[in-house]
Amino acid sequence: MTGPLWQLFFEGVWITIQLMVYSALLAGTIAFGIGMARTSRHKSVRFLAGVYVEIFRGTSALVLMFWLFFALPLLGWQLAGIWAGTLALGLSYGAYGSEVVRGAIQSVAPAQREAAIALSFSPWQRMRKVILPQAVPEMMPPFNNLLIELLKGTALASLLSIGELTFQAKLARLSTGESAQVYGIILVMYFVIAFLVTRVMRLLERRAKASIGQKPEKAGWFSRKLPVEELETQIAAAGGNR
Amino acid sequence: MNTWSWDYVGEIMPQLLEGLWITVQATILGSLVAFALGLVWALALRSPVRWLTWPVSAVVEFIRNTPLLVQLFFLFFVLPSWGVTFGPLTTGVIGLGLHYSTYTAEVYRAGIDAVPAGQWEAATALSLPRRRTWTAVILPQAFRRVVPALGNYVIAMFKDTPMLSAITVGDMLFQANSIGATTFDYMEPITMVGILFIVISYPTSLLLRALERRLVR
Amino acid sequence: MSADSTPSKETANPAVDGSELIRFDHVTKRFGTNTVLDSLDFTVSSGKHVTLIGPSGSGKTTILRLLMTLLKPDEGTIKVGGQYLTHEEKGGKLVPAGEKHTREVRKNIGMVFQQFNLFPNMKVLRNITEAPVHVLGLSKDEAEERARGLLDLVGLTEHIDKYPTQLSGGQQQRVAIARALAMRPQVLLLDEVTSALDPELVAGVLDVLRDIAHTTDITMLCVTHEMNFARDISDDVLMFDAGRVIESGSPEKIFTEPEHERTREFLSAVL
Repeated sequence: MTGPLWQLFFEGVWITIQLMVYSALLAGTIAFGIGMARTSRHKSVRFLAGVYVEIFRGTSALVLMFWLFFALPLLGWQLAGIWAGTLALGLSYGAYGSEVVRGAIQSVAPAQREAAIALSFSPWQRMRKVILPQAVPEMMPPFNNLLIELLKGTALASLLSIGELTFQAKLARLSTGESAQVYGIILVMYFVIAFLVTRVMRLLERRAKASIGQKPEKAGWFSRKLPVEELETQIAAAGGNR
Repeated sequence: MNTWSWDYVGEIMPQLLEGLWITVQATILGSLVAFALGLVWALALRSPVRWLTWPVSAVVEFIRNTPLLVQLFFLFFVLPSWGVTFGPLTTGVIGLGLHYSTYTAEVYRAGIDAVPAGQWEAATALSLPRRRTWTAVILPQAFRRVVPALGNYVIAMFKDTPMLSAITVGDMLFQANSIGATTFDYMEPITMVGILFIVISYPTSLLLRALERRLVR
Repeated sequence: MSADSTPSKETANPAVDGSELIRFDHVTKRFGTNTVLDSLDFTVSSGKHVTLIGPSGSGKTTILRLLMTLLKPDEGTIKVGGQYLTHEEKGGKLVPAGEKHTREVRKNIGMVFQQFNLFPNMKVLRNITEAPVHVLGLSKDEAEERARGLLDLVGLTEHIDKYPTQLSGGQQQRVAIARALAMRPQVLLLDEVTSALDPELVAGVLDVLRDIAHTTDITMLCVTHEMNFARDISDDVLMFDAGRVIESGSPEKIFTEPEHERTREFLSAVL
């Protein structure tokens, strides 16, 4: 590999990271908004939030991306590729994230809510001061997983000819013909980014737990935990009748 | 400004359904690969032999933490240069199955861990051979527990099949794109693909949740 | 209105003159087909310490949870300080109360829970100051001063900077008492506050409560299995069975010469 090719890759990495950060910000906002709406007292709010989740979880992120890029302009909105990508990833992963937020909120002991009612906190104060601070550390491991999935999802944007890492690899392959080398290198690059993201998320988790007086659990060498936490409770429950 | 035309939808539907059939094939075949290969990883990772567990866990982590799309490109462009030529669909099925096997491995692991220690002890007390313990005692109990979780990954795989269009597999998205490229009207084809995805994946996930509840009881 | 200088009052309090503070009017509460409270009537005068006793499942805790608005009655009304708790009057009609009205009336009521329910994300001091600052609108300094006074009262001044998980159960419960008192409620609800504690930690919590009962004129409604404590602090004891008050009176009367057969059975089982 020559210098200019490496430069091509690093430019791609930079766009990939931008795409990941923008989409994550959008997804995080949606996740908290929709996730809290799904725990609302009002049935209609819960229902609408549920519809959002089922629609955006039900369809494919890539199809959504193509729709935003190719179909939306026909309605008069032309989106730049990077924004179509950001929007599609943010909307999709926001729906997944909202399930994480909802689950974490519901995992806070009901007695905590009652104690907050007994002190006359308003519903919003209960959420902000009591429920969310306890729920957020619970969200960190599943958010880490989603962030890695989101990072992997940014590769889809290459199909809109956005110059992120996978697209740059395509250019490199076309100019050198060295498919194995090119794709081998960028796979390693993705892996390194995923590893760094996981380290940062672990750090944030430790901080969040420390801020409520808890110690984090031990994790493996890659320290990314798959959503088997839910899985394990699911499985333990399913095993209950045997 | 374009208006929605049901006539146009009617015209393109046969081609989209053709794509849907490919999508379904890819999902089913990919699932079979993922189920089988995942079990291999899970058993290898439980092996007491370090030189086996370490490389397997490295490979599994690597595949799980890198994009499926790039893995598909790798298989599609690199395998032929190694003298292995598969059709696009076969390559796609291998890619999907390989990628998701790293997730199903984790599901099996959790399922096996959830079998109570007493079951192992009872098998030992009966002097069952190791192989028999696995096939007659542990795995049957583990499989029962993992069905809903595996089902969720099948749905996830289904939603990832549009990526196969990037390696020229004629799935739904591929068909929609080729229709759009000739008519310059992407609205109906891509919208219909999105709707078809929801129409299939939402009831399936409801079905899975019902199954899960039944298993819980 | 009596002038008083006890630490639990600073707001004008209409309820220290022995007038009626809590009124249950034909309150019925069902869980599914199980009627826990059956058209219950009772009143509590301000400043009184009332203990509810009775077998488990007799509806004692339900009464406290109704007063705290953690539950809603199926029928009947509850008044606190002359105001409807779960209803409000609109155009001469009684309608279910909105969140705002409920919160306003609820401010007069504090509760200490069986499981303490301290907020694990806040240190001891903030557990106590959070509601006074953000609900009552006290300044941070005022609230902290109040909290320090209360921590002194419950004997935990040195633990002010710890998280709840770093405290013993008894210490957590004393913080929870301080937290409830920091709101200067007219009514303090105590829901089996010692049941979750190790036996050796019970005395410390009860001493604090005795102290509060004897030195303040706060109205207390107490569900407990500690009969000696009930005898010590109560003005009135209400014996519950199957969702009704079957007997009430001074602790001397109830504990020494109960009239009702069920009361005798219950007391001989717990004493």
